[in-house]
This record gives sequence, structure tokens and C-alpha cells, in this order.
Amino acid sequence: MNKRRTAAGASILMAGVLVTAGCGAGGPSAGGGDFTDDKVVLALLNDASGVYKDVSGPNSKVAIQMAIDDYQEKYGDDAVVEDIEVTSADHQNEPDIANTKAQELYDREGADIILDVPTSSAALAVATQAKNKKKLYMNIGAGTTELTGAQCNKYTFHYAYDTWMLANGTGTVVTEEGDKNWQLIYPDYAFGQDMVKSFTGAIEAGGGKVGGTIATPFPNDNFATYITKAGAANPQVIGTMHAGGDLINLVKQYNDSGLKEKGIDLAVGLMFISDIHSLGVEAFEGTIFTDAWYWNLDEKSREWADRFLEETGDRPTYAHAGNYSAALQYLEAVQSAGTDDADAIVEELEGKKVDDMFLRNGEIRAEDHRVIHDVYLARVKGPDAVEEDWDYEEIIKTIPAEEAFRPVAESGCSM
Amino acid sequence: MNAVLQYTVQGLAAGSFYALAALGLAVIFGVLGVVNFAHGAFYMLGAVAAAVLLDTVGMSLWLALIVVPLLMLVFGMLVERLLVQWLLPLDPLYNLLLTFGLTLLLVDLVKRRYGVSGLPYERPDVLSGRIQVAGVGLPIYQLFVIGVALLVCLGVWLLMTRTRVGMIVRAATERPELAGALGINVGRWVTPVFGFGVALAGLAGVLAAPFRAITAEMGSDFIIILFAVVVIGGLGSIVGAVAGGFLVGLVEAFGQAYAPTFAQVLIFVLMAVVVLARPAGLFGREEATA
Repeated sequence: MNKRRTAAGASILMAGVLVTAGCGAGGPSAGGGDFTDDKVVLALLNDASGVYKDVSGPNSKVAIQMAIDDYQEKYGDDAVVEDIEVTSADHQNEPDIANTKAQELYDREGADIILDVPTSSAALAVATQAKNKKKLYMNIGAGTTELTGAQCNKYTFHYAYDTWMLANGTGTVVTEEGDKNWQLIYPDYAFGQDMVKSFTGAIEAGGGKVGGTIATPFPNDNFATYITKAGAANPQVIGTMHAGGDLINLVKQYNDSGLKEKGIDLAVGLMFISDIHSLGVEAFEGTIFTDAWYWNLDEKSREWADRFLEETGDRPTYAHAGNYSAALQYLEAVQSAGTDDADAIVEELEGKKVDDMFLRNGEIRAEDHRVIHDVYLARVKGPDAVEEDWDYEEIIKTIPAEEAFRPVAESGCSM
Repeated sequence: MNAVLQYTVQGLAAGSFYALAALGLAVIFGVLGVVNFAHGAFYMLGAVAAAVLLDTVGMSLWLALIVVPLLMLVFGMLVERLLVQWLLPLDPLYNLLLTFGLTLLLVDLVKRRYGVSGLPYERPDVLSGRIQVAGVGLPIYQLFVIGVALLVCLGVWLLMTRTRVGMIVRAATERPELAGALGINVGRWVTPVFGFGVALAGLAGVLAAPFRAITAEMGSDFIIILFAVVVIGGLGSIVGAVAGGFLVGLVEAFGQAYAPTFAQVLIFVLMAVVVLARPAGLFGREEATA
């Protein structure tokens, strides 16, 4: 009997299986004409099946369609273009897939603009394609400040959020409000390392100090010991840079650790309302984070969120709202330029002041293409304060657009 | 000293999940010779089932600890009857591929039905909070997990050593040809044993539900560590699976405490050392022909 030997062979084989499993790619069905056709094609490129699916995913296509509907309703017969299509592709959070898909969308599907693209490495890959092909690209889903920094280009715009904005909101404001002594826990990959750097800068600028940082493997399901270690230094607040399932693991185990009762707060670097929805407000109660937009902000956002709820069955995250706004502002620019020529549209967009359902006191900065707007510091409500489904956030502070994002002088962008 | 106590409890709690699931993996490998790649997915299904039952019919954790493993037992037996058994006469690689495919399928089905952000779970109040031991607050839930895991492992050990069924299963595990030659119908026990192994993975999943993120992917990395556990303990060895599970949990916790960046690497370093020193694992039997 050679069970043991076959088992060894088996483990070699399964390693191979694991390596190849991540590589499959499904293509979208062909559609759209070539670029000179008398139509506009908006392409959504994001994670349609993985960890960021609920944050943005297929529901962003619904949001973009809503923007198209609103544009057509507003201009009716005066619209400069009648035929507007939306197409989508899954980049599986892989930069190489994003790269290929972006070329396909621009070249074969006649996309005039690519929207969304979460995962920083994938986002930067698409920016390079936009630059080479001289086609528009508005990023909503990724956090890297490189898009409007060293790697900025004429055709790339960055919406919604970035790591600087998150660190500035949560790091500075929480520090200024009295939690001066921090411990940071972060996943040991590019995003986590970026966030720790941004947070450390923001905390120190606010007069606080980072007592220690702890790197964790990614992904990971066991944080109990890391949390005990961070708590042993007796900080006033622990900042976590984890996202998705790792964040949920960490929060569950933080709640178990007893640190909350000791008065050690938890601040989260990047969080979406879909995270709170999946774990429930009890688990996140009191957690502080920076939000680019909240569906229940006011009448205007709520009205849009109601329409979105009707279409999808869920309330929107700020990524959904950002995709809507980006598509709408693009179509407005097409309308005033009277063409889908990318250079003409860039000229329309640059320096434009905008106020829509998503962008409050918004401006599309000409210098680095950062789209700035008011952002919010939010605290997760306790279960008793929740009045309806998805009513999870209390906005504790509005950070004005000019202060919310990295100043142009620091961006290092030259177009 | 206080910190060491805390790390030990955390390590044993993490080890409890590994021990329970690895026990199932070991039993299945022992009797069927199948490396069950789908074990991580079964662990995930256990947690998802507990969350769904809580959400839809309000089933408490206490009841779920009994009901979900029973459901998983039936599910496991169906998987064995409908799929696994047809490939048993062939090279074990076929069943490895089958169970790997099954993992992809189950993970995608759960994603499709329940999304990717995970499901909420609320545990009974009794199990929340901490008790003070030697000046340290130890989470009650972690102690509960350790207790359940130890009880179940003890139960399985008694079942294996003190009952006729256990004797047959052990004989079938360790000397299948000899057991067959002595007139024991080994085949009869294959289906229930597979179901039993799956039920243990499901039980680990239920225990994980209040403590970990309940997502379709939760088993994907778990299974990798689990393979390390059974290799360290000795493939097919029941005691080895349990000891390996707790050992790996402790290595993980102390690694996190004293060498955070290397916490997961340490597990595989341990595995490499064990394989070099004792190729059959800590509790595996060396075979003269191997």
C-alpha cells in the first residue's frame, strides 16, 4: 500500500492546481461599434466576483445606467448623442487582467471611458492604458494617491476617496479630538503599508504619536494575539488598515478582547457600509471611520438611494454613488463639448465646479485631476439608534473639500 | 506571565478549529485514502449553515452545534455515494481533483447566494464577556471552544478505542487488506465514515461562526493550514491530527506574539522540520516499505 506516497504526489499536484486556478478569465460579449460610430460607450471595469463585489461590483452598472437615464431625461431631444451604452468586465483584482481588459474595452468594444477599477495595482495598470490610448478613465474604487501623484496623466481622473483622504480624516480628526496615542495593525501588502505611512503622517501632524505598528499576514483569520499585543501597549486607540473578511475577523476578535471596555477605541482605515451591513451594527458599534458619502446624508442623496434600492434591493455604498456621479459628469461634459473626443472632454472637465447628488462643493482639479468634495467622519450607531435597514452611520463631522484631499503642492503630479 | 496565559488560550482556541477539522480529514484519509480538498469548504458550509439557520428560523448556537453537524453528516454521505465512491478504485489523484472542483463549486454557489461580504452572527450572551483568571480577562467564548473541541476529541477517541465500530474503523484504517481478509466488510463503513469526517468539519465551522468572518472564502486558507496540521501529526493518525491541531494553534499564537511577520511561515517551518526528522509525522507509523 502506497497511500502515503500518493498523498505526497497529491500535494504537489494540488499546489499546481492552486497556481493555475487563479488564471481563468471570462470575456464580456462583444458589443459596441468602433470609436467613430455615432455613440458613446461607458465601460465598467471592476471586481464582479471577488472580495470587492459587494462594495461596487455589478450594482455599479445599475448606477451608471441610472446616470444615463438621468442624462437622457434631462436633455431629451437636445442630447448631442442618442445612443449611449454601458458595458462591463471583471478584472478579478489582477493588474494583468485589468491591463488586458482595458485594451479590449478601448479597442474592440469602442469604450469612450472606463469607470471604477478597484485594487490599486489594477487601477494604475489601467491609467497607463488610458494614457497610451488617449482615452478617458475615471477611477472610483481604488485608494492609491499615485493616480493623482507621480503616475498622473491627462486622461485619468480620481473620484471618491484615496489613502491620503482616509488617513487625514480618521487620523487627524480622531487625534485632534483627544485620542493621541495610537497602535496601528495592518495587512502586510502594498495597500496596508501605504495606509500606515499616510496614517502616521496624519497622526503626527495632529499632535499624536504612533506607539507601534504590527504587520499581519494577508489574508488571515486569527487576530486575537495581535490585538492582545497592541492592547498591551495601552494606547488610546487602535487603528486597523484591514478590509473585507480580514476586517470582520479582526473586529469580532477585538470585541472579544475586552479592550473596548477598557476604553481603547477602534478606528478603521477603510470601511464601506456593506461591511457594516454584513456583520451587523452590534459588532461595529462606536467604530470611527472616514466616509466619502452616505446614502442618508440628506434629501438629495436619500432620493437617489431610494431609486437604487428599488433597482437592486440594496442601499448604495459610496462607490456606487461615485460611479453614478462620474458617469453623469462625463455625459454632461460630452453634452457641452458636443463630441466624444477625449481631449475636448478633458478640457470641459478640468477645473469644473460641480455639485451633484454625490459631489458636494465638488471641483475637478485641473492640476492633478483629483476630484475633491466634502467628506465625512462617521461613527457606527448602536443597535438602539438604528431606525431602519441600512441606517448605520452617524455623521460626526463634515470635512470641507479643500481640507479633505491632498493639496496640489504635495501631489508631485506633472501632466 | 499574564500575557503568556493569554497567548496560550488564544493558541489553544485557534488550535481547536484545526484539531476538529483535521480529525475529520484524518478519518477520511485513513479509511478511504482520499485527500479531501473540500474539507475547507465543508468547514465554511458549517459556518454558513449556522448563520442562515439563525437568520431564518432563529436557531441558537446550542442547537446549531447539534443540528448542523447532522446535516453535514447527511450531506457528506450524499457526496460520497454520488461522487467520491466512483473514483475510489482509480488513482487517489482523481478524488483530489474531484474534491478540489467541489470546493470551487461550493464557494461560488455560496458567493452567488449570500454575496461576498459575509453573514452576521450573534452568539448567546452567556458566552460573551470574560472571566478573570490570575488577573487576566480570558474570553469565555475561547474557553468554550477549547472545551467543546476537547470533549469531541475525547468522544471520538472513546468511540475509536472502546466500541466495536471504532475497532473496525481502526482496523480498516491501519491494515485494510488484513481487515478484509479477516472477513470485515470494510466497504460498509466507507460512507458513514466520510459523512462523519464532513460532520466534524461542519462542527468546526459552527464554532467558528461567532468568532470569525463567515464568508465563502473562509475555508480557502484554512484548508492549507489543515494540510500542514495532518502532515505534522501524521497522515491518517487520529491522535496525530488532534495533537497537530493544538500544536499548530500554539505555534501560530506565540509566533504572532513574538515574531508577528513570521507567524504563518513558522507553521510551515515546523512542518518541514517534522517531515525531515520524522517523514511519517509525529504520530504516524513508519512503514518498512515506504
